[in-house]
Amino acid sequence: MKRCAAFLLACVALIASAADDRRSGREFMSASTQAMQRDDTLNPGMLWVSGGEMQWNAIAGKSGKSCASCHGDAGKSMRGVAARYPGFDVASKVVLNLSQRINLCRERKQLAPALKLEGEELLGLEAYVAIQSRGMPVDPPQDAVTKAAAARGKAMYFQRIGQLNLSCAQCHDQQWGKRLAGSTIPQAHAAAYPIYRLEWQGMGSLQRRLRNCMSGVRAEVPAFGAKELVELEAWLGVRDKGMPLEAPGVRP
Amino acid sequence: MARALIHIPATAKRGEVIEIRALIGHPMETGYRPGADGKIVPRDIIRKFVCRYNGEQVFGAELHQAISANPYIGFFTLATESGTLEFVWEGDNGFSQTEKMALTVSA
Repeated sequence: MKRCAAFLLACVALIASAADDRRSGREFMSASTQAMQRDDTLNPGMLWVSGGEMQWNAIAGKSGKSCASCHGDAGKSMRGVAARYPGFDVASKVVLNLSQRINLCRERKQLAPALKLEGEELLGLEAYVAIQSRGMPVDPPQDAVTKAAAARGKAMYFQRIGQLNLSCAQCHDQQWGKRLAGSTIPQAHAAAYPIYRLEWQGMGSLQRRLRNCMSGVRAEVPAFGAKELVELEAWLGVRDKGMPLEAPGVRP
Repeated sequence: MARALIHIPATAKRGEVIEIRALIGHPMETGYRPGADGKIVPRDIIRKFVCRYNGEQVFGAELHQAISANPYIGFFTLATESGTLEFVWEGDNGFSQTEKMALTVSA
C-alpha cells in the first residue's frame, strides 16, 4: 500500500513537472555558483541586502522619516511585495517596477531626491525589499493597465530587433539549453532579480540584464527606467507567474 | 565605510574547530583596466587580511589583483577560550577596516 502511494506520488510529480517545464536560470549554473546563491554566508548579494537594511532604517528627506517610520518591520510589511511588481500606480497612473516604486515613495512621502537608477543605494533597497518575498510565487497584478503593459511587453519579446535581427523568444524560448559561446542559454525567467552577476562583479537590476541582451543583438538600448523596459519586465512577470522568488540571485 | 559580513558560531566547545566566513564589499580594481576615458584606472585593492583571536593572529592572507571584487575568505580555527575575534582588512589608498565578533567557549 505504502509503495503504491509512493508510486502515485511519483506519477503526480511527473505530471506536474511535465505541465511546467519552466526552469530557473539557477538550474543552468555550475554547482559552485548554485551553492553561492543558496548559502547567504557566501552570497555577495547579501552585502547589498545589508546596505539596503541600513537605508530602510535611515531617515531621509525633509519629512524626517525613514522607510521604517511608515512601513515598520520590512519582514512583515514587505513580504510578498516584490512578487507583485511591475504594477500599476493609481496616483501617478503609470506602471512602475519595484525600484521606481521605491523612488516614488522617497519623493512623495520622504520628500527626498530620487535615488539614482541602478545606483548602489537603490539596488540595496530593492534587494532588501525583494529578499522579504524569497520563496513566494511571482504574482503579477491583474488590473487592466498592468495587463495591457504586459501585452505590449509580450509583443516586444517576440519582436526581432537589432542588427542581428533576433527576438528574445528566438534564444530564450527556442534555443534554451544550448550554448551561446561559453554560456548556456537560460529560459529568461526573472524571479531572482536584483542579481549579483559574477561577470559584473556587482549587483544589477533586471533592466541592466535586459539592456545587456539588447546591446548583444546590436539593437538600440533604451535608458534605465524607460517605458519599454518596464513593459518587458511586466511581461516577464506574467511569464514567470507562480515561480518562486530567489532574490538576491547569483548568476555567472 | 565598506560593508562586511562575518559569520562565526556564537558559541563553541573548547577544542572544537569552528568555521569563520568573512565577506567584504570592495571593488578590487586591478590597475590594469582602462576606464571610459581610455586612461588606466588606478589600482585599488585590499592587500592584507588578518584575523586575531584575543590578540593572537590565527589567520592571515595577502590579496592580489586576480582576486575578485567583494572578496570572500573562509577559514577554520580552534576554539580555545571565550573572547573576541578581530578582523582587519588593509589596502590601497589607506583602506582599513576592522570588525569584531564575540565568541563564547564552554568547557
